[in-house]
Amino acid sequence: MPVIHMRVNGNPVSGEVEARTLLVQFLRDDLRLTGTHVGCDTSQCGACVVHVDGKSVKSCTMLAIMANDCEVMTIEGLANGSELHPMQQAFMDNHGLQCGFCTPGMVMSALDIVERNGNDLDEATIRKELTGNICRCTGYHNIVKAVKAGARAMGD
Amino acid sequence: MAENGIGVSVRRKEDKRYLIGKGNYTDDINVVGQTYAIFVRSPHAHATINGIELAAAETSAGVVAVFTGDDLAADGIGPLICGVTVTSDDGEPHRAPAHPALAQGKVNYVGDHVAIVIAETLAQAKDAAEKVEVDYGILPAVTDTGSAADEGQQQIHEAAPNNICFNWPLGDKEAVEAAFASAHKISRLDLINNRMVTNPIEPRAVLGEYNTGTEEITLHLTSQNPHLHRLVLSAFNQLAPEHKLRIVAPDVGGGFGAKIFIYAEELVVGWACRKVNRPVKWTSDRTEAFLSDAHGRDHVTSAEMALDKDGKFLALRVMTTANLGAYISTFGTMVPSYLYAFLFAGQYTTPLIYSEVKAVFTNTAPVDASRGAGRPEATFMLERLVDVAAADMGLDPVEIRRRNFIPVDAFPYQTPVVQCYDSGDYHAALDKALALADYDGFGARAEEAKTRGMLRGIGLSSYVEACGIAPSAAVGQLGAGIGLWESAQVRFNPTGNVQVFTGSHSSGQGHETTFAQLVTELLGVPIEDIEVIHGDTAKTQFGMGTYGSRSMAVGGVAIAKACEKLIAKGKKIAAHALEAAEGDIEFADGNFTIAGTDKAMSIAEVAFNAYVPHSYPEDLEPGFDENAFFDPLNFSFPGGTHICEVEIDPETGVVEIIKYSAVDDFGKLINPMIVEGQVHGGITHGVGQALLEACHYDSEGQLITASFMDYAMPRADNVPSFDIDYAPTDPPDNPLGVKGCGEAGAIGAPPAVINAITNALGVKHIDMPATPEKVWRAAQGAA
Ligand code: FES
Ligand code: FES
Repeated sequence: MPVIHMRVNGNPVSGEVEARTLLVQFLRDDLRLTGTHVGCDTSQCGACVVHVDGKSVKSCTMLAIMANDCEVMTIEGLANGSELHPMQQAFMDNHGLQCGFCTPGMVMSALDIVERNGNDLDEATIRKELTGNICRCTGYHNIVKAVKAGARAMGD
Repeated sequence: MAENGIGVSVRRKEDKRYLIGKGNYTDDINVVGQTYAIFVRSPHAHATINGIELAAAETSAGVVAVFTGDDLAADGIGPLICGVTVTSDDGEPHRAPAHPALAQGKVNYVGDHVAIVIAETLAQAKDAAEKVEVDYGILPAVTDTGSAADEGQQQIHEAAPNNICFNWPLGDKEAVEAAFASAHKISRLDLINNRMVTNPIEPRAVLGEYNTGTEEITLHLTSQNPHLHRLVLSAFNQLAPEHKLRIVAPDVGGGFGAKIFIYAEELVVGWACRKVNRPVKWTSDRTEAFLSDAHGRDHVTSAEMALDKDGKFLALRVMTTANLGAYISTFGTMVPSYLYAFLFAGQYTTPLIYSEVKAVFTNTAPVDASRGAGRPEATFMLERLVDVAAADMGLDPVEIRRRNFIPVDAFPYQTPVVQCYDSGDYHAALDKALALADYDGFGARAEEAKTRGMLRGIGLSSYVEACGIAPSAAVGQLGAGIGLWESAQVRFNPTGNVQVFTGSHSSGQGHETTFAQLVTELLGVPIEDIEVIHGDTAKTQFGMGTYGSRSMAVGGVAIAKACEKLIAKGKKIAAHALEAAEGDIEFADGNFTIAGTDKAMSIAEVAFNAYVPHSYPEDLEPGFDENAFFDPLNFSFPGGTHICEVEIDPETGVVEIIKYSAVDDFGKLINPMIVEGQVHGGITHGVGQALLEACHYDSEGQLITASFMDYAMPRADNVPSFDIDYAPTDPPDNPLGVKGCGEAGAIGAPPAVINAITNALGVKHIDMPATPEKVWRAAQGAA
């Protein structure tokens, strides 16, 4: 079995994986980073979004070996000690989560939206950009508010 | 009001762990020695099993065991059960064909469970499952709801002739016929309530462990009601005695009904972990969720309203065929009967109602409760029919509703369909909603839209629902095999912090926060010092779980009762410690005070005293920990008016929701922020049903919408931001004054959206989901 190496949330990790092992399986099952979730099997729900070399990726759609030598960031890597990242804080302040299952993917996607669209986001942009993330609980209303507020806070 | 007490939008205590990736969902749990299970599922909708060849799978790499229905039966593991009996029109209980957890010689839907393969790794289990060879004798499939009971149809179960589970009449048929015979006008509507897949984003999962020392089975599983799982798995499925079965439902990633039921996978994994004496884990993938989670809705209905010359409703007649799927799921019989027809009065004074529900079997996944459960179906039927009646009478939809609303001074109001509504003010909610939606300004907006070639429509729905489920006496009379109370334990630790144990489990509703708000309000303990514990039968005393918007209305009251008992006990302790008479002790703001003095003890001091009882008299019991059960007197009856405004592009048929206004009566709000979130989510669920979601089986019984690529879930760009307000009334039957809010949106939204679309198009009806294709066709017809 191939051995792979990567940095996850700044820490060097390595592991032996089958060629068919998905990145999300490596993160969840091998590294026990279970904050990244699996909600579907067709790359639709976005519960599994992580960043690979700074780009947002659906980790259910990438083989672990494709992330060899990459820099991977997951939801577990965002907070600074006990201080939440401004986007995480915005989700809490705006009640942008209910069951929390879609949340890690939503937050990781939100950061990518800010990265590509800046800190001053309008509702239409946020809604269009979030179509790769499904939430069954919130009706999106408060997620949209959270992303807008989080984006602004990240600019401060 | 306490700082973080009732009525405050407190930020949620549970959020931090979810936001930093430390949520603990069932599939996140792994134990030493764990094996992985895959279910071999039927690829055919209807077939006999002529033989199963296991040898290749059993010898496949890493395989621990392969089991079929025969193994399960040999160990006396019972079939899955239905918890509610409905009496059919012949006076007999509903027909209940056996529902084996692993097939016994026959499969009845695509996804039906044939065998379980257990292996060292998931990949090995998958590989081996493909080597299980099943010899199927394919039979014709029945998939269409409306014709399932027709003469000459393929029979699915011997125990259910003509594929009928029950025929259930309700009401006075002759009186309704007489009212129709003398009516000024009769409005009629045939409609379909589209089948939905509930689709919480966390798929179902179960991890079973057996301890040979204690002979206890522990099931970690995705459940909205761990104690109910334990009760049914013990008492009816013989998995293990109740005291030797522990159910742990950790964080649950959404439920909406789909995680109420006792599923085949849960029973089989529970049994198999003992059989192989290894932990066994099964996690559904999304395709399996589509195939084997219980689905929702799926009705075919003809409804008629008799009206007098003033547009007053004289009588309602409703004929429904409800699809139960291939087997009866845990509450499958209750949803299209009691949770449906008992709501047919809606907000109106309709004096006579008659209905017949024919529940049928088909070769599709079992159908059961899904957010709203029966009430969305009732409301869609009624609120659509009322709009049709308005058009028939030449009345504005608002006006016809006003003429028929139950007046505010008529409560408690006994409807002709069993339910007695305790409170409501339907005019107030309607007025507020009309103002919020700027209903009067609609004409101008429609004109403006026309100049851009767009069709603009507005629609409303005035719903009532029954939740806070439910009084045990009422459901017992109706044939439920369980009681529907809730229990709570509120325990002070010696250092003054509080643990609240509740049987209401959370699947995202925020119980850890709202229940803590209740306790801080009642006991004056800071919210940071209160921990809510739920979801584990070994920790919480008892419970019936979370569904039917019952957590605060039933579970919250149980907590409040336990708090009252603590206060009563605290007075005894304070009286002893302060050397005063018990009758002189008052409790307020967390302090026990001798009336008229400044001599006081905080509740934390009382707690410490209770656990360090150095000089207690014989009749004063140490400890500061109380239990309570609450069984409601009645359901609660939230209601409200939702107004949807849409714009349709006649060139494409695309419907855009421009504005959505909702005014609801939930009684008192414990945490307005959380309530609003529930409304948002519910509305979006309802918009999904109205515009997007269609669960579709082809005539051979193949589920052709078995992924998120084929089944359209509402996404962020399908809905607008919502305008929410409240028109509360006080429910006399609920001690906390709360009514429940979790399902309202899913109930109110579908007719509001469709009424807006029919209004825009000028057509009588359009079936859900109103996809661009359907809307485009209707627009062409209307043009
Ligand atoms: S799990 Fe990756 S998109 Fe759904
Ligand atoms: S918060 Fe539950 S799926 Fe989004």
